[in-house]
Amino acid sequence: MNWEVIIKWLPRLAQGATLTLELVAIAVIAGLILAIPLGIARASRNGYVRALPYGYIFFFRGTPLLVQLFLVYYGLAQFDAVRGSSLWPYLRDPFWCTVLTMTLHTAAYIAEILRGALQAIPRGEIEAARALGMSQAKTLVHIMLPRAARIGLPAYSNEVILMLKASALASTVTLLELTGMARTIIARTYLPVEIFFAAGLFYLLISFFLVQGFKLLERWLRVDACQGR
Amino acid sequence: MAQATPALEIRNLHKRYGEQEILKGISLTARDGDVISILGSSGSGKSTLLRCINLLENPHKGEILVAGETLKLKPAKNGELFAADNRQINRLRSEIGFVFQNFNLWPHMSVLDNIIEAPRRVLGQSKAEAIEHAEALLAKVGIHDKRHAYPAQLSGGQQQRAAIARTLAMKPKVILFDEPTSALDPEMVQEVLNVIRALAEEGRTMLLVTHEMGFARQVSSEVVFLHQGLVEEQGSPQQVFDNPNSARCKQFMSSNR
Repeated sequence: MNWEVIIKWLPRLAQGATLTLELVAIAVIAGLILAIPLGIARASRNGYVRALPYGYIFFFRGTPLLVQLFLVYYGLAQFDAVRGSSLWPYLRDPFWCTVLTMTLHTAAYIAEILRGALQAIPRGEIEAARALGMSQAKTLVHIMLPRAARIGLPAYSNEVILMLKASALASTVTLLELTGMARTIIARTYLPVEIFFAAGLFYLLISFFLVQGFKLLERWLRVDACQGR
Repeated sequence: MAQATPALEIRNLHKRYGEQEILKGISLTARDGDVISILGSSGSGKSTLLRCINLLENPHKGEILVAGETLKLKPAKNGELFAADNRQINRLRSEIGFVFQNFNLWPHMSVLDNIIEAPRRVLGQSKAEAIEHAEALLAKVGIHDKRHAYPAQLSGGQQQRAAIARTLAMKPKVILFDEPTSALDPEMVQEVLNVIRALAEEGRTMLLVTHEMGFARQVSSEVVFLHQGLVEEQGSPQQVFDNPNSARCKQFMSSNR
């Protein structure tokens, strides 16, 4: 193992890791925001309300992220309407294409997590809120969503880590995130083992901090104390 | 002088699950200060009756009046009656306290937060106001020292007392107790019964579904015995416990002595 090469290229890899973090952070936060209405609608008892998020989730869970990324990156430019729109400066940028795709993709998964969490709330806890005179909307906002957040948090942290690794696909649309940067360095140094090893370490490091962060969040939200009674 | 408006009146209530008729036309009147115990064997419809009153279950027929105000109902496709006016049902629910067998405290909130939630969201109380009231209620049910604890850290009896405090925080006009001690071990039953007894002595209007026969006899102003979805026997505790007219009620009472 050529350690000197690894050390020499660490700063560039760290640069790539920063881009990876940006992509993942925007995607999982924007995805969460998008997933809240989707997940609520998905848990609705009304069939019509359920249908729209169902179709959305069916599409984004049923196709590979790579295919979705190519559709957005290569596909959007086919439409004059898109090229003429004020959003075009963003939509032709691989960074925003990737952010958009990852957000839409992860939102589908997070919406399913939220649906499961909402449906896992013991019925009696919801009845208690209604019996105290809280309307459906107040029950949802003040009781159900905070409760579902605790039920769904472990699954959400899993999804964030999956997105961290899925972000490597951004390298296929020219982005120099961690994997893209590694491949670029390898093209110059012809040392794939060393560089991918170093890139892998970066992924591990980021995962480690994410896991620790979610652990703290779970403790703060008292997730354990809420499971089972 | 005309008789005062009853706190709660139920007229000819029917409820079925599929083909199974659970309630076959129940009428009940609770005047202010009445403590009505509802007894009966499992499956006689006691809990269903209580849950129909604030529409946790939807009846198929009947009328419900709270302090003279008729609860507006409309039929759904499946024949069940739903609240016709969401605002009205939410308001009436806030005036009818409900205490569950399984407490149903929100496990992610401290005891104090459990209690102040509804007064703040529904009655629009300020946080300080709600806390002040909640602390007084917690002292009253004897768990003031547990106000910052979470439900999972409390015993069953303490959880049920917290749940009763949560209900009282809404200043309900009528309180419905749905087997409040059935999920508790014998030692904890007494501490919860003592709280309920204190409420009865305050002159609160209460409906109590229970299997605690001795307690029902002590605190009730009226006892109703349900059998197969109908009121089989109704009257003062002495009459229902000692001199029931119906054979079924006599049998039930003797098996619970």
